Amino acid sequence: MSAVAPVAPPTDATSRIDHPAARALMRRHRIRWWEPLPWLAAGASYFAFPEYLGFGTELLIVILFALSLDLALGYAGIVTLGHAAFFGGGAYAVGMLAFYGVWTEPITGLVLAAAAAGVIGLLSGLVLLRTSGLTLLMLTICTMALLEQAANMGRTYTGGFDGLPGLPIAPVFGVFEFNPLYSTTQFLYTLGVLFVCFVFVRTLIYSPFGQSLTGIRENLLRMHAIGSPVRRRLVICYTISAAIAGVAGGLWAQTNAFVNLSALDLDRAATVLIVLILGGYGRLYGAFIGAVVYLTLEHFLAQIYPTAWQLGLGILLVLIALFARNGILGLGEALWRRYGAEGSTP
Amino acid sequence: MDFVADFVGIVFGGLAAGTVLFIVSVGLSVTMGLMGFVNLAHGAFAMFGGYVIVLGMNRAHLGFAWALALGFVATAALSVVLERALYRRLYRAGELDQVLFTIGLVLIFIAGTILVIGPESQTLQLPVELGGQINLGFMHYRTYSIFLIVVGFVIALGIWLAFERTRIGAQIRATVDNRRMAESLGINVDRLFTITFAFGSGMAAIGGGLGAEFLGLNPQYPLIYLVYFLIVVSAGGLGSVLGVYCASLLLGLLDFVLKLYLPQGGTIFIYALTILLLLWRPQGLFGRKET
Repeated sequence: MSAVAPVAPPTDATSRIDHPAARALMRRHRIRWWEPLPWLAAGASYFAFPEYLGFGTELLIVILFALSLDLALGYAGIVTLGHAAFFGGGAYAVGMLAFYGVWTEPITGLVLAAAAAGVIGLLSGLVLLRTSGLTLLMLTICTMALLEQAANMGRTYTGGFDGLPGLPIAPVFGVFEFNPLYSTTQFLYTLGVLFVCFVFVRTLIYSPFGQSLTGIRENLLRMHAIGSPVRRRLVICYTISAAIAGVAGGLWAQTNAFVNLSALDLDRAATVLIVLILGGYGRLYGAFIGAVVYLTLEHFLAQIYPTAWQLGLGILLVLIALFARNGILGLGEALWRRYGAEGSTP
Repeated sequence: MDFVADFVGIVFGGLAAGTVLFIVSVGLSVTMGLMGFVNLAHGAFAMFGGYVIVLGMNRAHLGFAWALALGFVATAALSVVLERALYRRLYRAGELDQVLFTIGLVLIFIAGTILVIGPESQTLQLPVELGGQINLGFMHYRTYSIFLIVVGFVIALGIWLAFERTRIGAQIRATVDNRRMAESLGINVDRLFTITFAFGSGMAAIGGGLGAEFLGLNPQYPLIYLVYFLIVVSAGGLGSVLGVYCASLLLGLLDFVLKLYLPQGGTIFIYALTILLLLWRPQGLFGRKET
């Protein structure tokens, strides 16, 4: 009998909630004071940089794509180098439907893009997610390459290597037309879609489902042990992530009015991975920081000094992998903890 | 007779390309099997070695054999430096960090090559005795392709014998099977890994030089063939020399045939086959099942 540890007397509900840890847990999904800032910045840049709205649209699309990857890679811990498969799936769904005049309405077009990419995600996830490690990495790359070559092969439908140019996209809400010279509609439309997707992802992350994903990433064995349906959760997460990547691809096709094989290639998959890790994965706003830093540097450096940009990016990646595994946001948090929080009470 | 000559020609062409793939990838297979390190920068070592070999011949006028030796030594030395200074820190890190780190290395190699040598492709000047045709009795064929196939076979046999018959080979096999047990038995895994890493990178250099004719040699080399190297390694089974040899020859043959008959998107079959193979045997053709 003495081996049994004495049970602590039950505390009433209020004292448990007063515990700092309990308070932290209850407040973790609250909206913090700085969370509207990215959206205010995006809105302000609409007025501040009217000549860069095309670039801004591209930036918003990369953010959305990186956000979708964050769900699979940052939260569920699925290491993939083939996420462009879903981006391209969405892009080609929108592109082919518009090119052949089947469906040109943009918003429902995005829903179709999400559905197409989601189906690809579901089917490939069902088979792929049984494996792990290098095998999984290879399978994601091969699935993407398979789709790329399929698009290359079916040139009668997909335009092959040249892709489908000059997509006719109907005006948003039947009113706002996509003007190729002034990207005002594209920018606001993309911003709106990004916001809706972001709210969805944020809600998902803080739901019990999102918590179980983090659990799977942190300790797979324990999640199995407590009876969590690990594989089903992973497949669902992968499918949702694929659908959002498909929306990003659909947006890319609509705002550029073309699709080509670059939507499906390794370069795109590697770039989005770099963007996400640069910003910090598994932390929701990493996609924003990473995309802004990466694309701004690329936009202004790569055109003038392409080789120096490549060299600098390489060195940056090596440094991040060695010293700053949680990306810019992780670095910021560490600095904040060391210097910023000194004044506050411990 | 013409049909036979065509068929044999295709088979030899494919086998020669596959042999190059094997020589480049065998080191990657062993190092990945040993340390579980996802090294996407392996092709960069092949490129570096290829450049040393080709430039050594074209600019310093070294003989073919001497250039190959120089490429092997230079690349092995460089890889030891990188392994000791950088790779070592990431052995215990996750795959994601390893992927990121090695992609970074690839970009540095590409940009460095463009800055130092230039963006153009390099061509290998074959020595006279390898440049012509050889009489096989029933037909004539390119001497260099036959030379490659023979050299590849000798290398595969040599590495296989070293694995099966030498002390260090036994240590490598033991470590691939169970690293902790091998360490407990007193095997110096760190040193073992440095040695195999250097040897593997040196082999990649030889492959880069020998294959410059088939695969070309330009600064984008590590990215262009990255997926092929990975397919060969994962399909063959990590740490299995025989597996990498078979997978390389098979992939070389398939690629050669598909590019000949289905130039537009024919490689789709390679990816489909790889997916099916990895779903059927996640550990690869000759890999051992993880316990």
